[in-house]
Amino acid sequence: MLPNRYKGKLIVVEGIDGSGKSTQITLLSHWLRARGYAVAFSEWNSSPLVRQTTRRGKKKEMFTPTTFSLIHATDFADRLESYVLPLVKAGALVCADRYAYTAFARDVARGASRNWVRNLYSFALRPNLSFYFRVPLDVAIGRILGGRDAIKYYEAGMDLGLSRNVEESFRIFQGRILDEYEAMASDMGFHVIDATLSIEEQQRQMRQIVLDRLGEVLRTGVLRTAQKEDDGKPGIARIAAIANAAAVL
Amino acid sequence: MESRESRESRQSQTPLQFYSEPLPGVDCSELRGKLIVIEGPDAVGRSTQIRQLRQWLEQEGHAVLDSGMARSALAGKGIQEAKKGNTLGTITMTLFYTTDFADRLENEIIPALRAGFVVLIDRYIFSIMARAIARGEDRKWIEQVAGFALVPHAVYYLKARVKDLVSRVVLGRGAFDYWESGMDVRFGEDKFQSFVRYQRRLIQALDSMAVPYGFTIVDAMQPADAIFSELQRHIAALSFEKVNGAAARRGRRAARRKPES
Repeated sequence: MLPNRYKGKLIVVEGIDGSGKSTQITLLSHWLRARGYAVAFSEWNSSPLVRQTTRRGKKKEMFTPTTFSLIHATDFADRLESYVLPLVKAGALVCADRYAYTAFARDVARGASRNWVRNLYSFALRPNLSFYFRVPLDVAIGRILGGRDAIKYYEAGMDLGLSRNVEESFRIFQGRILDEYEAMASDMGFHVIDATLSIEEQQRQMRQIVLDRLGEVLRTGVLRTAQKEDDGKPGIARIAAIANAAAVL
Repeated sequence: MESRESRESRQSQTPLQFYSEPLPGVDCSELRGKLIVIEGPDAVGRSTQIRQLRQWLEQEGHAVLDSGMARSALAGKGIQEAKKGNTLGTITMTLFYTTDFADRLENEIIPALRAGFVVLIDRYIFSIMARAIARGEDRKWIEQVAGFALVPHAVYYLKARVKDLVSRVVLGRGAFDYWESGMDVRFGEDKFQSFVRYQRRLIQALDSMAVPYGFTIVDAMQPADAIFSELQRHIAALSFEKVNGAAARRGRRAARRKPES
């Protein structure tokens, strides 16, 4: 992955289905937005250019591990080229719900070679912060089964023929993905969040890490409206800016 | 030194293999068919040749599958749609075409090879790679991405100069195509200028693959009939399963084995 030489920053969340990462990145992005930063959001598998193809493939169960991997890389490339990269260059904070690591874990769990998948995504921008939501398999499965009516075919890895039982297949497949995440966690510099903690505690930890790690660039590099100050009190920055301008004059 | 004919014949008898990333679940020794690729830049006359070759091979009694870019059941439509817009980035385009290729490889080409078909392919991974390289993408990256492709029995590269392509486009279709002119990257002020610069880069990229990927170069500036005869000669030298020649083939094989024993 390529180092980020731009003004804007990239924050990503990773974890298996049911780890609660989407909830957390949504809360984080709202918090950053409320502090006046230019925040953009990019979700895995959401490119308008590729959507029809992915939908067709899933509906008709046309994917092999190879085409499944490639279409998600195409989707990722489109979001990166036409959305994420221009915004990061312009100085925005981009929050991504899943990033290339999802493919590193999931495609390898589907049988693709580790080197091939990593090379496939070598054009990606390296995130400034990557959060990994660590959760035991049973907890994640409990959340998913409690919250949704049905587990989807590819989510359960049914294409791999691991088991005829959807729940069983899901368990095996997500277990493999979990193993892949755990194996790369330190290499990829993940900030590990214990996803069994309360939502509030996880969010508090995330915000603290953002401030610790990006505090400096948040003050200087990233685009921000002038209405709000770091302590959350509105107006001070603007008043200061006006005072400065007056002093210059 | 080994003659070209005997080399072609020998190459066509070794089992097919993958470049660098074997696809799971494919036993190459089961692939009994022939994999033949026609490569070349835009407007060089590839599809005319494929059509004639198909007719000829079928006359000879071979079952033929032909396959070309953006024709997959999975991604063909999506690519056509994406090309209508104005936001298709180079990496996205490269990967979309690779997806399309993978779908055809796994669902059409490999099953046909297993069934003993002659598979004629109008542009293989080399065009996808050349387009990416011409647009400035990393060669190693795309070579590894496309590493799950099968090494063809033969690749015929219809080679032409840019000025020949220009006259073909202008005299033939009468207009420069947006994508064939590389207008997504805008190599020049207008479609003509961009076409010339982009096609030059594309040809350079294809030329650079000729040796490492074992292309057989065919001069595309000959009349179509002459190109066809040349392709026929090459393809006839690939050792095919003959409709009436099974006994003769066994005989030849036995004759070749003798000196070794």
